[in-house]
Amino acid sequence: MVDDIKAMTAELARDPTSLVFLNLGEALRARGQSEPAARIAASGVVRHPDLPSAHDLYARVLVDLGDFERAYHEWTVVLELDQRHFGAHKGLGFLCYRWGDLDGAVDHLELALAADPRDQSVVHALQRVREGTAELAAPPEPAEEPAAQRKEGKEAEEGGKEPAVEPVVAADASPWAALEGGGGRGVMLADERGLLLSGGLEGADLGEVGEEVAAYLAGAAQEAGRAARLLDFGAWRSMLVEGEGLNLLVTPPTDDTVLLLIRGHTVPQGRLRVLAERASRSARTWLEEQQP
Amino acid sequence: MTLPFTDALERLTRVRGVRGAMLVAGDDGLVVAETLMEGVRGNAVAALAASLAKRLRKACEAAGGGIPRFFHLQAEGGTLVVVPAPDGVLVVAVGDRDLNIGLLRLEMRRVAEAVV
Repeated sequence: MVDDIKAMTAELARDPTSLVFLNLGEALRARGQSEPAARIAASGVVRHPDLPSAHDLYARVLVDLGDFERAYHEWTVVLELDQRHFGAHKGLGFLCYRWGDLDGAVDHLELALAADPRDQSVVHALQRVREGTAELAAPPEPAEEPAAQRKEGKEAEEGGKEPAVEPVVAADASPWAALEGGGGRGVMLADERGLLLSGGLEGADLGEVGEEVAAYLAGAAQEAGRAARLLDFGAWRSMLVEGEGLNLLVTPPTDDTVLLLIRGHTVPQGRLRVLAERASRSARTWLEEQQP
Repeated sequence: MTLPFTDALERLTRVRGVRGAMLVAGDDGLVVAETLMEGVRGNAVAALAASLAKRLRKACEAAGGGIPRFFHLQAEGGTLVVVPAPDGVLVVAVGDRDLNIGLLRLEMRRVAEAVV
């Protein structure tokens, strides 16, 4: 291993544009040498800004160093370059879980699984996140890593500094419990008068904002109906809002309710619509069950 | 309607499926410029688009999503799309249900940058 690192270092010194930095970074990371790995990966990202593997490597090294915000950014860049990148979805799934965003974790792990259905670590992680009871123990391993190397890296990380983080799960039993790993975070249902029926939104800087958002949404739904009628478009089906950091998708599960689903930009909009349709079905079932 | 605005809006109407496009004052919903197909009530559409954008912006900001940069209303028979320009003007397009939203969004962002 040491000889390999020396050889790769020499090769990179001879040709700084060589892609050998990917293997060198992985090798350093596997040996627990996160700082040198970060320097190699950062340099690789500068030289190869359009290479998803470079950003993915850098993101994983940043996770090793505990810099989750920048890791999130790097994986977001990967998805801008390659929407189906396995490692980025797996990594973002880990970060979402770590931050208590179970819905986001499920979204990304499902997309990772779609990219590589054989990866058992994702299968198990997805199962555990859905159950909402277990922890993702370690930062994600690279998708292309050989099994032996993966084991070595995992052992190094298990002795490392990652504290276990309890997921934040909303307390109410809601229509969303079976939807996206439970909890109802990032999904809410309101009635036509702007009153919250189920779900809710919250954030570290926001507090509970579901009631306020519900009020605005009811007004928006009325305006959507009026606009659609004026244009002779029939009934409205959805409203998508792209915010600076989030996408909001609003749908009417029934004539007198409105459903809001919120996800980060890394979730493709087509995927968001699939999730919203699933949520609408759950909402309709739940509303029927509430009938006296 | 000034010529630069006309040119900008005609870029949008060249996207297949777009029935018309407008520049709307975001504050009061008044039409600044328009290139609409006959039969589309520009003033009413502008007012509703501005009102809708205002309410969705409030919802987005309250939800922690920041300032919106794109709104897309999908209905059974058509589509209404709004892109806010930096100076408060809204770029509004009305089109068929199955138009190419990705292309339209791209063009609308260019128009939003151009009308500042």
